[in-house]
Amino acid sequence: MKLKTFKGGIHPPDNKQWSEHKAIEDCPLPDELIVPLSQHIGAPAVACVEVGQQVAKGQEIGAAKGFVSVPVHAPTSGEVVAIESRPHPGGASLPAVVIRADGEDRWSGDLQGADPSSLSVEEIVEKVRSAGVVGMGGAAFPAHVKMSPPPEKPIRTLVFNGVECEPYLTADHRMMLEETERVLQGVAILQYVYGAERVVIGVEANKPDAIALLQKECADNPVEVMPLEVKYPQGAEKQLISAATGREVPSGGLPMDVGVAVHNVSSAAAVTDAVMLGRPLIERICTVTGPAIREPKNLRIRIGMPLSHLVGVCGGLTEEPGKIILGGPMMGFTQAGLDAPTTRGTSGLLLLRDEDVAKSPEGPCIRCARCVDACPMNLLPTTIAAYSRRDLVAEAEEYCAMDCIECGSCSYVCPACLPLVQSIRYGKAAVLAKKRNS
Amino acid sequence: MSQLYLSSSPHVHSGETTSAVMRAVIYSLIPACLVAVYFFGPSALSVLLIATLGCLATEAVCQRLMRQPVTISDGSAAITGILLALNLPPTCPWWMTLLGAVIAIAVGKQVYGGLGANPFNPALVARVVLLISFPVQMTTWSKPAPIGSGLDLVTTATPLGEWKNAVMLTGKMPEAASGSTINYLLGNMPGCVGEVSALALLLGAAYLFYRKILTWHIPVTFVGTVVVLSGIFWLVNPAKYPDPIFHLLTGGLVLGAFYMATDMVTTPVSPKGMLIFGVGCGVLTVLIRLFGGYPEGVSFAILLMNAATPLIDRYTRPKIFGALKAEGAK
Repeated sequence: MKLKTFKGGIHPPDNKQWSEHKAIEDCPLPDELIVPLSQHIGAPAVACVEVGQQVAKGQEIGAAKGFVSVPVHAPTSGEVVAIESRPHPGGASLPAVVIRADGEDRWSGDLQGADPSSLSVEEIVEKVRSAGVVGMGGAAFPAHVKMSPPPEKPIRTLVFNGVECEPYLTADHRMMLEETERVLQGVAILQYVYGAERVVIGVEANKPDAIALLQKECADNPVEVMPLEVKYPQGAEKQLISAATGREVPSGGLPMDVGVAVHNVSSAAAVTDAVMLGRPLIERICTVTGPAIREPKNLRIRIGMPLSHLVGVCGGLTEEPGKIILGGPMMGFTQAGLDAPTTRGTSGLLLLRDEDVAKSPEGPCIRCARCVDACPMNLLPTTIAAYSRRDLVAEAEEYCAMDCIECGSCSYVCPACLPLVQSIRYGKAAVLAKKRNS
Repeated sequence: MSQLYLSSSPHVHSGETTSAVMRAVIYSLIPACLVAVYFFGPSALSVLLIATLGCLATEAVCQRLMRQPVTISDGSAAITGILLALNLPPTCPWWMTLLGAVIAIAVGKQVYGGLGANPFNPALVARVVLLISFPVQMTTWSKPAPIGSGLDLVTTATPLGEWKNAVMLTGKMPEAASGSTINYLLGNMPGCVGEVSALALLLGAAYLFYRKILTWHIPVTFVGTVVVLSGIFWLVNPAKYPDPIFHLLTGGLVLGAFYMATDMVTTPVSPKGMLIFGVGCGVLTVLIRLFGGYPEGVSFAILLMNAATPLIDRYTRPKIFGALKAEGAK
């Protein structure tokens, strides 16, 4: 049978062999954890503890500000030693709460779980919000916002993202294999919240063990486990919806416009913890991998662990890395060092050697149209990039720059090694700036 | 960690670079070059060498004069040189070949800004300039004299030229065509250095298909249009018009459709645009061959469609993901 997929896309080597068969290990606690107050799309949280205060694991230390925002919580018990700007994975220094661990790792007594069937939809959404659950595939969009669609946009189909199309990363894969129960419990809770008629878990065919296990576990419930062709960026929201349901989210629209909501499988597990145990999102699975790390691993990490700590736990570096990437190689963020902490969106830490780093000199566009074939949004990347580079903002917008999902497929295939998606990002920022000023 | 590399995503690349693409195209032309040297001997070899070296030298000189980095190692000038040679008669005098090389690179490519910026196929620009400037030398053809056959190159007409002369003089097909289908297929006929062997050209094209450097859109629509259109004329009046196989295998159609009309720089980027481009080339080729002053129309057809490429691109923008529903919702 031909596997379902979306149109366009690329086939980078998946490089998951480094870590796909490594069972999840608990990462030991470092002495000090740095918890950024901004770990999500939306307004940063505001610190609600003081320096010197003792905090328990799971206690709220940053309060949400506004609807599109979530609180942050203490990843372990200990003392607040600083509230100050610290290196953030995004590159800048941003406010963070620094906690010195007391080693007891004592849970806060205030956390109350509940049987989801005894709760109303609103109560569940509130538990998810107060637990700080965000999309864990990378975008870190607050889950409770997604879970509150307006009444005129009912969600009929719920899609779970177990695609993990980024090369190297295996965190979601191990999650589905080893924490199947937690994932499926969250799937059931979210189905109840949305009242969805159809539930699909999309998994790429390079994870046959996870597909088989999920299919076995879902044999007597209506959840559909759908193997998908291995292709990047299948895990992008619009592309996954297209692959799993055949529907196209309209340009400028949201999944709810076609009656669909998408959640990551790891987010589903976080929903389970939030509702049934009352526990906030303070840990996640993170793949530490790449040719420059001695022992690639899938680690259960706490939020706020310095990246250098993760590298130490994985046996250190084999050589000076050429590039440090938070996330996958297609959409991850490079780091200027290992000082930044992990956040809720940290799906992977990738350490590349100098020779693995793509840095060929760029040449002129030869109009080969590979970017046109690769673009999953069916745009003309080279044209938009050319306009963006010349600051022709109106032209870039006319060629649908704002529809670009920044997956980077165009830059990956460009034989001239042009930084296409990078130029388009610049063009998108210019379009937004123009809109703000007009 | 002094040497950490910082950049925005993506952090990996396919590894397929422009020079790798160009190298593959050069490899794909080797069979056609070998067949040319076999049938036309040292004169074909000298045309190939002079054109290629001439293009490389011209590119280097132009870039040096314009104080730009010299990029002859990217292979694009070499391809222009080989393609120019394949589009010239094997008896082409050395100075004409060299002049063609200079025109191809200097006038056809560098004046527009070099690789990627030229609107017209550089090799065809040079061929057409030579054809118009030196019509006698450019239409003096020779019978193949395969290596080891002991034959000398003897002046004759191409199959298309033979037909055109006959039609012009008598309004009918020539009495006895000089070639057979099998010889046309192998390239054992008078013609340009590289256009004669359809088989060798298709072998190279198959490699490019395999490497995904060539897509089917332009070659298939180009050849298909010529076959269908010439087939209609042939069915209407077989006494005057040659059959589609003759159109397909004689002249520069295969070389043109697979190598000249598929030059990425001068052709549309969207699949729909490529289909229009291919059909346009096919229609113009048949019209020029059957009703124009020249026996062969492939070069002119491609150049005319090159000129139409920006227009085609403008009107064949792919429909973006999600566009349909957005319009429906309004």
